[in-house]
Amino acid sequence: MSDVDLLALCRRVAADSRPGEQIEAYGVRTSETDLDVFDGHVESLSVAGIDGVGVRVIVDGRQGFAWAGSLDEAVVRDTIRDARDNAAFAEPDEHNGLATPADVATAEAPDLDLWRESLLAVDTDAKIEFTLALDSAVRAADQRIRGVEAANYGDGAIERALVNSHGVEAYSRRTICSASAYALAGEGDETQTGYGFAAGREFSDLDADAIAAMAIDRTVRMLGARQVAGRRLPVVFDPLVTASFLGVLSAAFNAESMLKGRSLFQDRVGEVVGAPIVQIADDPTDPAMFGATSHDGEGVPCRRNRLVIDGVLQGFLHNTYTARRAGAATTGSAARGGFKSTPGVGVKALSFAPGRRDQAEIIAALDDALYVQSVSGIHSGTNPISGDFSVGAEGLLVRAGAFAEPVREVTIASTLPRMLTDIVEVGADLVHLPGSTAGLTLVIGEMTLSGS
Amino acid sequence: MEPVTDRLATSDASPLVPREALDAVLVAALRSGGEFAEVFVEDRRSGSARLDDRRVEELVSGRERGAGIRVVNGDTVGFAHTADLTVSGLEHAAAAAAAAARGAGTATRTIALPDAPRAPDNDVIVFPDTVAKSRKIELLRQADDAARSEGDAIRSVSASYAEARRRIVVANSDGLYATDERVRTRFAVQAVAAGDTGMHTGLEAPGRTMGFEFFDEFAVADIARKAATQALTLVESVPAPSGKVPVVLRRGAGGVLFHEACGHGLEADLIQRDASVFVGKVGETVAAPGVTLIDDGTFGREWGTFAIDDEGQPARPNTLIDNGVLTDYMWDLVRARKAGRASSGNGRRETYQVLPMVRMTNTYLAAGDADADAIIADTDFGVYCVQLGGGQVNTATGDFVFGVTEGYLIERGRITRPIRPAQLIGNGPAALHDIDAIGNDFATWTGTCGKRGQSVPVSSGQPTLRIQNLTIGGTAA
Repeated sequence: MSDVDLLALCRRVAADSRPGEQIEAYGVRTSETDLDVFDGHVESLSVAGIDGVGVRVIVDGRQGFAWAGSLDEAVVRDTIRDARDNAAFAEPDEHNGLATPADVATAEAPDLDLWRESLLAVDTDAKIEFTLALDSAVRAADQRIRGVEAANYGDGAIERALVNSHGVEAYSRRTICSASAYALAGEGDETQTGYGFAAGREFSDLDADAIAAMAIDRTVRMLGARQVAGRRLPVVFDPLVTASFLGVLSAAFNAESMLKGRSLFQDRVGEVVGAPIVQIADDPTDPAMFGATSHDGEGVPCRRNRLVIDGVLQGFLHNTYTARRAGAATTGSAARGGFKSTPGVGVKALSFAPGRRDQAEIIAALDDALYVQSVSGIHSGTNPISGDFSVGAEGLLVRAGAFAEPVREVTIASTLPRMLTDIVEVGADLVHLPGSTAGLTLVIGEMTLSGS
Repeated sequence: MEPVTDRLATSDASPLVPREALDAVLVAALRSGGEFAEVFVEDRRSGSARLDDRRVEELVSGRERGAGIRVVNGDTVGFAHTADLTVSGLEHAAAAAAAAARGAGTATRTIALPDAPRAPDNDVIVFPDTVAKSRKIELLRQADDAARSEGDAIRSVSASYAEARRRIVVANSDGLYATDERVRTRFAVQAVAAGDTGMHTGLEAPGRTMGFEFFDEFAVADIARKAATQALTLVESVPAPSGKVPVVLRRGAGGVLFHEACGHGLEADLIQRDASVFVGKVGETVAAPGVTLIDDGTFGREWGTFAIDDEGQPARPNTLIDNGVLTDYMWDLVRARKAGRASSGNGRRETYQVLPMVRMTNTYLAAGDADADAIIADTDFGVYCVQLGGGQVNTATGDFVFGVTEGYLIERGRITRPIRPAQLIGNGPAALHDIDAIGNDFATWTGTCGKRGQSVPVSSGQPTLRIQNLTIGGTAA
């Protein structure tokens, strides 16, 4: 981890702007630990940091971008030069521009406390001891467990700074840690797998026994899983699956997709897009969300954006570019994939508003359904533009209010618009997950199950 | 403004790190014990340009340079990386890697690297970074025009150009000292068509391990027309069937099936973790007769081609399944050393910031002798798969999926209506036994393979073939 002052470096870049030129610098510094345990020993341990800067230049409406995986002054100067050169080749767009103080004034930045000094103080031996304990807890607790494919611990401390030549500045930092175990169960030719995990901002948020219990439960309940005959039936999404579903759906709320005619919700603002019980919001100001952040990828304060209220679409998420183009205001939704890309539009903390019943109560009230524990091919089988949704699924049949036989090697299919209108229940069991979406139990009234 | 020529315009022969520094770093890495140390140095330059909505939106340049150092001590690998390539920066990272490897001794090892590195000939004809940016933009426009001219139903077109140039140096305590320079070029077009059945997308995205001469082999207008035609075809699509069907995979369309159905399960790291259905199956029949599967990092200029892997081992063709019989797994250096055998040249890493793993390169099924048209004519009812959108596998259970992005119904031996995109699901060992026809044609597919968070370029290939029984996840009754 370099000791460069990130904010000062970004200020120097922004101050380099020439007359008629806008410059933005986005600097990132991370410090990470990644630890894998296998078969009772440390298999690999990596302790390292990644630093980098992305520079955006806009001149005469033309935008250029360059990045470097270094905070070295000479490299940063070369990066500014590359960004300028790239701008010369792009086509002008009157809507191009950096965030202005007026954009910043559209909301007050939330005061978020996402940094835990205590995580930085945890020594490596404690992390190793934790992960070894997790590995052995999975093995020891149930004799049907044949092994642990991997037990992992990871943490990171991330600092971000943004300064632009309009005088906009933002600095934020956060810590995160997570641990997971991937268990194997079964005898002879049969193998079933299941995953347990936990994430938090500080080390004490992680409980090895709880992670092990989750991995064991999700693995052993799949023993004996078989393909079943295809039919249409209600489907219950596990919270992890709901989070993936929201990840696919998120593109539809993106004003960039909308302006290019590629959103499922084209021309649908004010219309019913979901069942009346559906409430969806993107709220990076909620510190419990792992995507929480005070400022977006252009330095604009984040705020809570309600996207669907009682099934009715409220609007799209904007950065300053899409806002200017659409004649709207930014929603503080500029999103960057690290320092290597320009700010697009994206969700940061997307979630359904929780309902009233937890998963056990929901299952108890179902007569015949498929509970989906995990899906596969979420990227290859779904398309946020056409709305097609067809994924591999593993889970359990639900019969007369209880889990019944485990099921594997089936697919579930529908379309995203139908799934939203077919939602019959939203669970109370909100689960915060690393990434930009949260999960909870979700019941879709009907999907097509394909099997034997 | 006139084009500016990049300062690193031609092949750069200057070493990334002096040889003496590599010696010193390996000694430092093994100072507190351990039986193996390696330093991997990388300098990567990338460039891209994107057109969307009729406008050249953005050009991006990136650079990344650094070193990853690992120390193997018993069962533990310690790893650290740094963007500081000075001797002190590297020694600092070496000490961190040594500490992470949990060594406790004080040993002094001498390292005997050869004076000059083993360096493969570079046969790139035109380094993409020497080509004017205006020329790349012209290609994007040609693609946009070509895609839009396919029909009024084309609503939106995006095109992207990408180039990457990656120099690497690998040195290890076994005395290996090797370098390589890899150049990759890719062009992608996505088209969106709209009709009564909603919006549909078509994507074509070939890539090769070569320079700008890529465009002598691929005309951007052809790439664009394929993407547009696919989107337009889907406007006419009917819901895909649901349930078990015979599936005919057109040449090139289904290589990813083998990548998922058995490729990942043959990676030695997953075998050693007991997380593959192919554990203990070497020498056994695992596929139908006639199925020969090869992974080959030297296969032409394909997307997964390189001269040496990221552990300095030469790429080579490896036969994994020979006429239905499993012959070997794929290996990286550290696991091969432990097993007392040679690496198969499959040790790859996304960047210097992560540890290498066993990865595929170009994985393909060898051609058979059936006529492709005859395979279709011989299928009473089924799905003809022309393009796939990637897949996923659980190697421990063998269950895999892959998305059909362009497919058709086969009815009474004839290709009839296009179907909406759907997922196919199967079990690897079962699917390999269910292959009952292998064509005499062949084509490849360009892809990106993800494993444990790392992405690497790969290709897959296969002749037209039929699998008797896969489950397709459509919504048709």
